[in-house]
Formats: sequence, C-alpha cells, structure tokens
Amino acid sequence: MNNSDTSPMNKTGNKLPGLFSFLLSQLKPRGSMFTVFNMISIPVMLAGVVILYIRFTQGLGATTNLSQANPWGIWIGFDVVTGVAFAGGAYIVTFAVYIMKMDKFHPIVRATVLNGFLAYMFYAGALVFDLGRPWNVINPIIGNSFGYNSVLFLVAWHFMLYMLAELIEFSPAIMEWLGWKRARRIAKGLTLAAVIFGVSLSTLHQSGLGALFLMAKPKIHPLWYSEFLPVLFLVSSVFSGISMVILESSISHKVFKMQLGPDSHRKLDEIIIGLARGAALALFVYYFFKALIFVHDGQWALINDGWGLWYLLEIIGFVLVPMVLYAYGARHRAVGIIKIAAGMSLVGILLNRLNISVIAFNWNVADVYVPHWAEIVVTLTVVFAEIWLFRFIVHRMPVLREPGKIGSPNRERELRSLN
Amino acid sequence: MDRRDFLKLSGAVGATLMGAEAKAAQSDPDAPEFLGVLVDTTRCIGCRSCEVACGTENSMLVPDVANDGALDNLRTTDEKQWTVVNKFDTSKGDVFVKRQCMHCWQPACTAACLTNAMAKTELGPVTWDGDKCMGCRFCMLSCPFDVPKFEYDSWNPKIQKCSLCHQRTSVGGTPACVEACPTDAIMFGNKRDLMEIARTRIYNHPDDYVHKIYGEYEAGGTGWLYLSAVPFEEIGFRTDLGTTPYPEFTKDFLYSVPLVLLGAPALLAGLSQMSGSSDEDDESEVHGE
Ligand code: SF4
Ligand code: SF4
Repeated sequence: MNNSDTSPMNKTGNKLPGLFSFLLSQLKPRGSMFTVFNMISIPVMLAGVVILYIRFTQGLGATTNLSQANPWGIWIGFDVVTGVAFAGGAYIVTFAVYIMKMDKFHPIVRATVLNGFLAYMFYAGALVFDLGRPWNVINPIIGNSFGYNSVLFLVAWHFMLYMLAELIEFSPAIMEWLGWKRARRIAKGLTLAAVIFGVSLSTLHQSGLGALFLMAKPKIHPLWYSEFLPVLFLVSSVFSGISMVILESSISHKVFKMQLGPDSHRKLDEIIIGLARGAALALFVYYFFKALIFVHDGQWALINDGWGLWYLLEIIGFVLVPMVLYAYGARHRAVGIIKIAAGMSLVGILLNRLNISVIAFNWNVADVYVPHWAEIVVTLTVVFAEIWLFRFIVHRMPVLREPGKIGSPNRERELRSLN
Repeated sequence: MDRRDFLKLSGAVGATLMGAEAKAAQSDPDAPEFLGVLVDTTRCIGCRSCEVACGTENSMLVPDVANDGALDNLRTTDEKQWTVVNKFDTSKGDVFVKRQCMHCWQPACTAACLTNAMAKTELGPVTWDGDKCMGCRFCMLSCPFDVPKFEYDSWNPKIQKCSLCHQRTSVGGTPACVEACPTDAIMFGNKRDLMEIARTRIYNHPDDYVHKIYGEYEAGGTGWLYLSAVPFEEIGFRTDLGTTPYPEFTKDFLYSVPLVLLGAPALLAGLSQMSGSSDEDDESEVHGE
C-alpha cells in the first residue's frame, strides 16, 4: 500500500451507494440451493423458529423438559458448555501462529478464528433462549447490577470480550472483502494485541465453565465432581479445540475445494500431523490429572456400579484410546487415524460435559431429565444456522483461499462496474 | 510462600483490582446477629397452619388443608408454595417437618447470582428482586437445599422462594408462619438467642432430642435451625452437605481471575517477543492496486 491512497473515509464516503449495492449483490446465493445439507437444515431451522416462538410466549415449560430438580438442560449443557469447549481451537491456533510464530499453521488461522467467533456468537448466544427473563440480560452488562462474586458473571463478560477479540482478529478478512485497504492495515496492526487478550480470556472462561459447577458439589456424582474442575475444563478445551479444527478443516477442504491451491492438500496433511502432536500431549496431561484425582480421592469403591462403568467408558474409551491413536497417527503420518482420534476425542468431550451438566447431575434424585424433542430441534437449529453463516462468509470473504487469487480485484472491478 | 498465602495475596490483589472485596459474612463479634427461626419438630402437630398463613401473606397458593390429603405424599416446596410440611414415619412415630428456604449465612444462591437479584439483606433474610433477575437459574443449580423454584409455565417467570416475610420482618414484625403456629413449634428471633434456646432444650430433656442442631454448621450455618427426636436423615435432611460455606468453593477460582488477567498478557507478550518476528508478509495479501 502506498501513500497515494485516498483515505478510507473519503473513499467509502463517495462510494456509499456503491457499497450498498455491493452488499446487496453479495446476498445472492452461490451455488445450488438443492443440496442435501440444505434439504435437511431448512425444515429443521423453520421448525426451530416456531418452537422458539412458543417458548417465548408460553414459557420454558412448553418446549423443554426442565424441572425444579433439573434447572439446566441441553441448551446449557450442550450448546454453551460443550459448544464453547469445541470452539477452543481458535485460541490454540492463534496462540501457535501469533505468539509462538509457528507459521506452518498460518493457512488455517482465518477459518479457525471465523469458526470460533461464529461458535461463540451462536452457542453462547443460545443462552438467551434459556434465560427466563432475557430482557434483564442487560443488567450485568450495563453495570446497574454487578454480581462480582458470581462465576457466571465472569464467564458472561469473558464471552463478550472474547468475541470482540475474535472479531478484531478476523476483521482483516472483512476489510479485504470490502476493499478497505487503510482500515485493513489498522485492523492488522491490532491482531497481536487481540490475540494476547483473547488467549488470556480464553483460559479464564474455559476454566470458568468448570467453575460454574463447583457449588453443585452435593448434586454431581463424585466421579465427575472435583475441586479441580476448572483445571480439567481448561486442559480438555485444548484437545477438544484441536480435534474440532482437524475435522472442520478436513471438511472445509472438501467442500470448498475450488477455492484452494494445488498443493493445499499436502500442506493440510502437514498441519494435521502437527496438530495431532499437540492433541496427544494435551490428552496425556488430562488423563494424568484424571488419574491423580481418582487415586487421591480414593474412588476405587465407586467404579463397581453402572456409574463406574459409564465413567470408565468415558475415560478409557474416549480419552485414553484417542490419546494412543493421536500419538500413533502423528508418528506414522497416518492422517486417517488422526481423524478417527479427533472424532473420538470430541465424543469424549461431549460425554464429559453432558455428564457434569446433565447426566451425572442429580444422579441421586428420582426426577430424571431427558431432553424434549423440541430442545433437540432448537439445538440443531443453532448448529445449522452457524454452518449457514460460515458457508456464506467463506464463499465471499478471503478465508480459505490463497489471498490474491480471488478477492479484492473482483471487488474493485465490481465496484467500478456498479458506479 | 505456600498455596494458602499465595491465594490470600492474590485475593487481596483481586479485591483491589475489581473494586469489590469478596464480601464474606464472616463472624465479626460486633456484627448484628442475623434473624432466624427455630423449628422444634417434636412440637409440630402437622396442622399446616403455617402453609395457609404463608400462602395468604405472600399471595401464593393457599392449600385446602382439610381435604387435600397432602401429608400422604412427600412434597418439596415449589413455584406455588414457599413452605410445605411433610410427615415422616420414624422410629419414634410420626414426625412432621416444615421446610422452606434456610436463609444461609453465606448463601450459595447469592454467590451464584450474576445480577445481585438474589441478595442477603442486612437483617439476614435472603430475598429476590424481579427487576434484576434474568432467569438463568444458576441459583437453583447452586443451592445445596434445592430451594429456589422457577415458573416454567410463564412467559414472564419468577424465582419463587421464602423471603422470611421480608415485608414484615424488615419493619420489626414476625413471619406469618411463626405467628400462625398454634404450638410454638416455630420460634422467630436472632440466631444467637435461638441457639441458646435450642441448647437449653437439649440440656433439659436429653432423652427427647438427638444432640445436634441442624443448621448450626450445615453449609456454613443457616438462619433456620431444627431440633429433632430422631436422626436428621430419618426426617428428610441431607447430612452430607459439609460445614463449608458454599461460596468458598468458588473463591480460589475467583481470586485467580485478576491474577491471570494481569499475568497472562505480560507472559504472552514476552513469549511472542522471544519467538521472533513472523515472516508473514503483510502487504502481499493486498491486491487490486
Ligand atoms: S437455602 Fe438455598 S435459597 Fe435459601 S439462602 Fe440457602 S442457598 Fe439460598
Ligand atoms: S435466576 Fe435470577 S436470581 Fe437466580 S441466579 Fe439467575 S439472575 Fe440470579
């Protein structure tokens, strides 16, 4: 960029009508609307909207199986608690690329940050559906009523600040899409600060999600309760996030093939092998902590019943096994095995988070919570909506493609032709 | 420096940084004693006058005591009734037990609440404010006695729980249930006096009571205290809640937050310096000049 640039203000100022029609033109769908994904997701999302209408007019009881004994269901246990752990990849990858300068991972950084941002927006945003009195959600934000001593207060604030950090990290791609060069340079300059801020916030809210359950000590099965829940949540968010990045980038590379250069496949394999090493290490640390807690709390007597088996399934089947698979895959460069390990780790995270928040929660109470089908439809709606927006953005902004192949030149041309 | 000192130090740093000391209602000898109620289950006859009085006073459900046969089932308080009386078949015959919010010394529900909607008033009653509450139900998840209840069937739901008749007790009055009790099974007062009365009763009638006052230490101590002739497990009380005030469980985490917010960015900035500058070419990504 050189000094002959006009200032972005003037530029956008003069071209506002052009910008508007550019944005309109970008709303046009790309590609066929009749894909399998669309055929499934559209009816589900429509049903989700109807259910949410009923939920907000008739109360939570109309569409959920929540009860006095089970105040939190899958809208919290899956959407928020599990969803945020799945979205941990963004802080891991930005840490690797911008703090440790591991340039190898650079090609996936944008897609990962975009995914992380959207996941927070949708999954943490889904919290609003679960709030009984959502109009008061501004209270802890605008400060007329700060519950400093509440873990939830900290988690909520860290969610919001972290979304801001991720938006800043992603904003260069938006500026490129719009062709705002000066603004892009400013945004780029903020990246490192945003990353430092974002990684710090992430360690706190990932562990904070675990701290939410510290006061539920008499309600959670002792195999899942520990005073170290915050640490366990933090460590597991590392391999959870990495596993999600592995699967998500593999899928993206298939779906958005046309945007990628010829050797991107080989590069991606290198990246995945590197990620697998990190995941194996994180899984090992996690397993080690789990074993320490198990031995230290003398929990041998607890593994003799159904709960014990269920616990062993989670720890051996979906922590120990994927750990071994990751290590094997990384060592023998077996990308297929790594992907299996990634899938299994994610199942392990899902089991762990749901056990703590739903399944082994109130294990000693007769009133068992099983999600209402409408809760599942709304959860799917949230997931599908995120994928829709992700796809929309990847089709338009320079997220996956090599910068310069498609992108700003088109934008310039489009602008010119529009004026 | 061992772990405790470290935590204390970080706590001090945290408190200064956040401008709010994690206010512990710790035993300050000069502090006014919180209000409470002593329930002597050996005196309760199961007439449920307290349920009726509570419903009337607080515009909640007024049970039809003569006909509803409610004593045949074990009930919990719910979103329609702040207090219920249950009948237990024990080794010493039928025992009736009134339950409601325990008005903890250091309540889990108020520590959980991110809007201060759930708050411990100066006199001791724990109250709920609908203008602040956002309905997250974290108070329900955290309360060791499972007290706060939620109106699932309303678009504008409230959290329902006993307020110790705040509207009466804050102006020197007596809770409606206490006033209605025909046998003095429930007595209203401050905790110190009530503890003395409870101990005296055990001392004078050592064979009529188990030698324990439920609520003296449970979950850090509660405003409501119970005397019983049979072990408390037999009349529906959890005796595995421990004596630690529940907010303590999250204190270590809360104290570490400001430390991490200060320390981590510095550490990360240092790390990124050390790892050298990235060869990422900023300009090469912009095109269309
Ligand atoms: S019993 Fe539950 S609702 Fe009542 S003060 Fe204690 S924590 Fe709060
Ligand atoms: S439901 Fe209301 S009173 Fe309970 S913790 Fe949430 S905001 Fe506070």
